[in-house]
Amino acid sequence: MRKIYLDHSATTPVDEEVAEIIRIYYTEKYGNPSSIHSFGREAKKALEEARLRVASLIGAKPEEIIFTSGGTEADNLAILGVAGAGQSKGGHLIISAIEHHAVLETAEYLAKMGYELTILPVNAEGIVELDSVGKALRPDTILVSVMHANNEVGAIQPIEEIGRIVREHGAVFHVDAVQTVGKIPVDVEKLGVDLLTMSAHKIYGPKGVGALYIRKGVRISSLLHGGSQEKKRRSGTENTPGIIGFGKACQLAAQRMTEEAEKLKKLRDMLLNGIVERIDCVKINGPLGDLRLPNNVNVSINFVEGESLLLSLDMLGIAASSGSACTSGSLDPSHVLLAMGLSHEVAHGSLRFSLGRQNTVEDIDHVLEHLPEIVERLRAMSPLYHQAAKKK
Amino acid sequence: MYSEKVMDHFTNPRNVGEIADADGVGEMGNPQCGDIMRIYVDIEGDIIKDIKFKTFGCGAAVATSSIVTEMVKGKTITEALEVSNKTVAEALGGLPPLKMHCSNLAADALHAAIKDYFAKNIKE
Repeated sequence: MRKIYLDHSATTPVDEEVAEIIRIYYTEKYGNPSSIHSFGREAKKALEEARLRVASLIGAKPEEIIFTSGGTEADNLAILGVAGAGQSKGGHLIISAIEHHAVLETAEYLAKMGYELTILPVNAEGIVELDSVGKALRPDTILVSVMHANNEVGAIQPIEEIGRIVREHGAVFHVDAVQTVGKIPVDVEKLGVDLLTMSAHKIYGPKGVGALYIRKGVRISSLLHGGSQEKKRRSGTENTPGIIGFGKACQLAAQRMTEEAEKLKKLRDMLLNGIVERIDCVKINGPLGDLRLPNNVNVSINFVEGESLLLSLDMLGIAASSGSACTSGSLDPSHVLLAMGLSHEVAHGSLRFSLGRQNTVEDIDHVLEHLPEIVERLRAMSPLYHQAAKKK
Repeated sequence: MYSEKVMDHFTNPRNVGEIADADGVGEMGNPQCGDIMRIYVDIEGDIIKDIKFKTFGCGAAVATSSIVTEMVKGKTITEALEVSNKTVAEALGGLPPLKMHCSNLAADALHAAIKDYFAKNIKE
């Protein structure tokens, strides 16, 4: 059976070049970067080259990059680290309503510990409105965290404008850029951010590796203690093969980004338009055009449920994801879709396709050929569709 | 995540549809939680002569609805009332733990349909 992977926002395959370099640093150049002998020095040199490559992709200095075990750890380090370092200043945090759970639940954890938390609303397209940021800032606000682009609906946030407002106030500004780094230009100077989260496995790098950009001069306390790695900000022997793979993935992303984004935008719009043309009662979730990630397609297909859609697609070899409760592991559907004002039942019927490097026009055609019949089958079973037809 | 039996009933659901002027109709769940099951029954004497369902929901919701119709078609009301959400899940070869509560309501919907039948008949 033909298999089509359209879940690149969940994870990507590791690039062959990246996989090869990782293999070398596991089996041949396996030294501990902290060792002083030639094995250690060899690993240390490659580690620092990787740091430079990661820094270059986001316009940062290498010494501003701290490697972590992934995006979740980087988000935790950013939020808990600022809270830990800034206690004397006060305890107010601001995040947006559509943050990844790594930010949302870390901020909620601090709220349980006594910090005050303001959650910024988003508009119907899933974008934070600027005036809400100014209104939420207080003299004791220590941190503002807004993601660069949302992982579910692809909505790119006005980070530069938010950065200006936050900078004027003086709070630390954290941006989770896991979905944008390597996909669209990210420049920490232009965006005016203090802390920025990155992940390797979303850009054809290995799982279990990420980084936090920490602007020079920003104070954060560390989560892990017990070694002096990463300038004591992240103790523990470095995941050298993974980090070097991450560096390679960043280098390749920098080379390919512009061309790839153009290609993906075409495929994205082909899929979005094709779904709307072929299936009735469909809602596009998130913005259109340049405010949307080049690889994100998210629609709600009314009267059917997301997991049923995913299972049916999977039987045809098509991999996608959904914001339905059944896939979120809770009884509620996606917090992002609810924050955008979708009703529970429409959120349950959401379907996300996230495109990647190897996808082709034929892949999109294949989905467009089969999705309408899947929807038709599920709607024929749905008591909601019958009611809606009667109302008409 | 799902047993073969669940996938079989999800892919080829038995007795999908509605019964016009059914003797009893039962509904469980709500669109908020992502599952609605509606079961229609026709009853002759104390035998379930015909049964159909319509379901909005996940794979488990569809499969439980489908198998419950198969389990009670042609059976007596007493036998149908003995079917529980637990026996439905067992008949499917088990369900993932999370699904045991949120999507395993088919027996409840069946019982609601039988209750509806009784209510209508008492009135008459």
